Amino acid sequence: MRLILLLYLLPVLPLLGRTVTVSKTGPLTSLKQAVAQAQPGDTIRVQAGTYAEGNIVIEKSLVLLGEHYPVLDGRHKDELLTVHARNVIIQGFRFVHTGISSIHDLAGVRILDSEAVRIRGNQFDDTFFGIHISNSSHCRIEDNTLHAQVRVEHQVGNGIHLWKCQHMTLHNNRVHGHRDGIYFEFVTNSLITENYSEGNLRYGLHFMFSHNNEYRRNTFENNGAGVAVMYTYGVKMLDNTFAHNWGSSAYGLLLKDIRDSEVHHNRFIQNSVGIFMEGSSRIRFTQNEFDGNGYAVRLQASCDDNTFQQNNFQANTFDLATNGTLVLNHVDGNYWDKYQGYDLDKDHIGDVPFHPVSMYSMVVEQMPAAVLLWRSFLVLLMDNAEKAIPAITPENLKDNSPAMTPHDLH
Amino acid sequence: MRRIIQYVLYDILRTRFMLLYTALLFISTLAMFQLDNDPSKVVMSLLNIVLMVIPLVGIVFTTIHFYNSYEFIELMLAQPVDRKVIFLGEYIAVACSLSIAFLLGCGLPILLYGATPAAITLLCCGTVLTLVFVSLAFLAAVLTRDKAKAIGVALLFWFYFSLIYDGFLLWFVYAFSDYPLEKVTLALIALNPVDLARVIMLLQLDISALMGYTGAFYKSFFGSHTGILLSTTLLAVWIALPCYLSLHIFSKKDL
Repeated sequence: MRLILLLYLLPVLPLLGRTVTVSKTGPLTSLKQAVAQAQPGDTIRVQAGTYAEGNIVIEKSLVLLGEHYPVLDGRHKDELLTVHARNVIIQGFRFVHTGISSIHDLAGVRILDSEAVRIRGNQFDDTFFGIHISNSSHCRIEDNTLHAQVRVEHQVGNGIHLWKCQHMTLHNNRVHGHRDGIYFEFVTNSLITENYSEGNLRYGLHFMFSHNNEYRRNTFENNGAGVAVMYTYGVKMLDNTFAHNWGSSAYGLLLKDIRDSEVHHNRFIQNSVGIFMEGSSRIRFTQNEFDGNGYAVRLQASCDDNTFQQNNFQANTFDLATNGTLVLNHVDGNYWDKYQGYDLDKDHIGDVPFHPVSMYSMVVEQMPAAVLLWRSFLVLLMDNAEKAIPAITPENLKDNSPAMTPHDLH
Repeated sequence: MRRIIQYVLYDILRTRFMLLYTALLFISTLAMFQLDNDPSKVVMSLLNIVLMVIPLVGIVFTTIHFYNSYEFIELMLAQPVDRKVIFLGEYIAVACSLSIAFLLGCGLPILLYGATPAAITLLCCGTVLTLVFVSLAFLAAVLTRDKAKAIGVALLFWFYFSLIYDGFLLWFVYAFSDYPLEKVTLALIALNPVDLARVIMLLQLDISALMGYTGAFYKSFFGSHTGILLSTTLLAVWIALPCYLSLHIFSKKDL
């Protein structure tokens, strides 16, 4: 029996390394010491308890497993784990109270110049930056919960902060109360799925110069300024939800200088502005749902060659707003609940084009305070007069084949 | 007073107008619900009725009614009855019958198809607007002796509050768009009961748009307890003030 077991384990043994247990009751009570003594490939099990040992630097391939969420406490002055190695796994810890410093960007877990690091199932509470990764690749960040309770932007960093990384995976993380929930700069070829970024002070998701990334089934809700993405090409956003981003400069999704991208099957629910875009080109918006937004889409005249097809526009105050009369974008085959046309040939496509830009949205664009007169009889008259004889709204911005019934997007 | 209200109510019912009005509201609301599955869109359509039709019917009907029951009033004045009692009797009877007509006509389908918070707010706004315009109609009626003139004045009230005032407001916002206008527009809105009711509804329907720009200010105002209290008080003033004025004029008037 023993022989069989030994034979079974034999091929694995050289990979396995030793397992060391750190616990408050001893014999090994210090995680720092355990890390220092460990050989590459070792596993360190950490039992429950509070470990306030300052900054711990990991420079070899280790597996750190927390049992019942041992607490790493930074006592409001330290960074907690700093990883500078390949093949490190950090799982099941609770990181609390890092220091606050805008110069050093103190983080719960900092990873730099590393590869294939996994940060899995950890809790971050009251950390300045939660997870801060720079110049790394092939890392996987999943099932983490990040939470901060600060009220002012300069006293908290970003939840998950990535700078100059490739081939990263972010899956099923929950970020709440940070400055930016998820922040990317120069991050390419990465996959971001099923994350939940809610109640952050600034942006739920914020990226720049991060090309060819894919965002799937994420939810960005109730963030101070929604989601803002800039200076990027090859963005894929599929099945995400952007909801309840309210405020004078809050956007469900702000696209600035984005090109050659795809926004497909997302839901934009009750945002002040569903999508705001400027300087963006060649983006395809298909099968998205815009429901109950102040503005569903604000398309600045600086955008060109964007396509809106098969989207549903329902219960928005204004469906589409623009700031000029030049129209270089294509709007076709969407469902608009404000469409009043008819369908005589019964092909489920309206026979007269729909002009999605309402005249009053142009007025409100000029005079924000005028929004208070919306839905008054006067505005109704003005809007209908404009529909009959377009004078202010861009005449060519129209949907030539509006759908008679909402597209089934479920 | 109860006897007077009873007689006036009987008189109103006899003309059958009230039944027609209720039926019209009921059928149109029902039709809207059946044409459109989305209750929130129906509320938007109903909002137009509440902001336009309810004040118009309220003010015109009340004025005409007042003049039609002129002989009844004169007869009552010959009796040892206080003028205030007669006036308030008339007022309460007309206001009640119009409010009940509205609540039945619009309220029943709403209850049947889904009483959302927005729909309930709409019913409240409609009732309050009915009361406001009944008050204004009484004011128009006691201001002159001539029926045609009184109807003219009543219609002018209606035009002013639902169209002219908004035009003025829009011009004002346009002319002073360089200045912070939040508080001023808020004060100006308070001077028009129709706008007041409309903004209360906007907070239910277009909250996302209102939250942008200056909207957060309005939301924090109307959403707060003081705001709700203040807007309710203002609407109450809009009911009570014209009513009191017309009562005052009626008491002194040489009929």
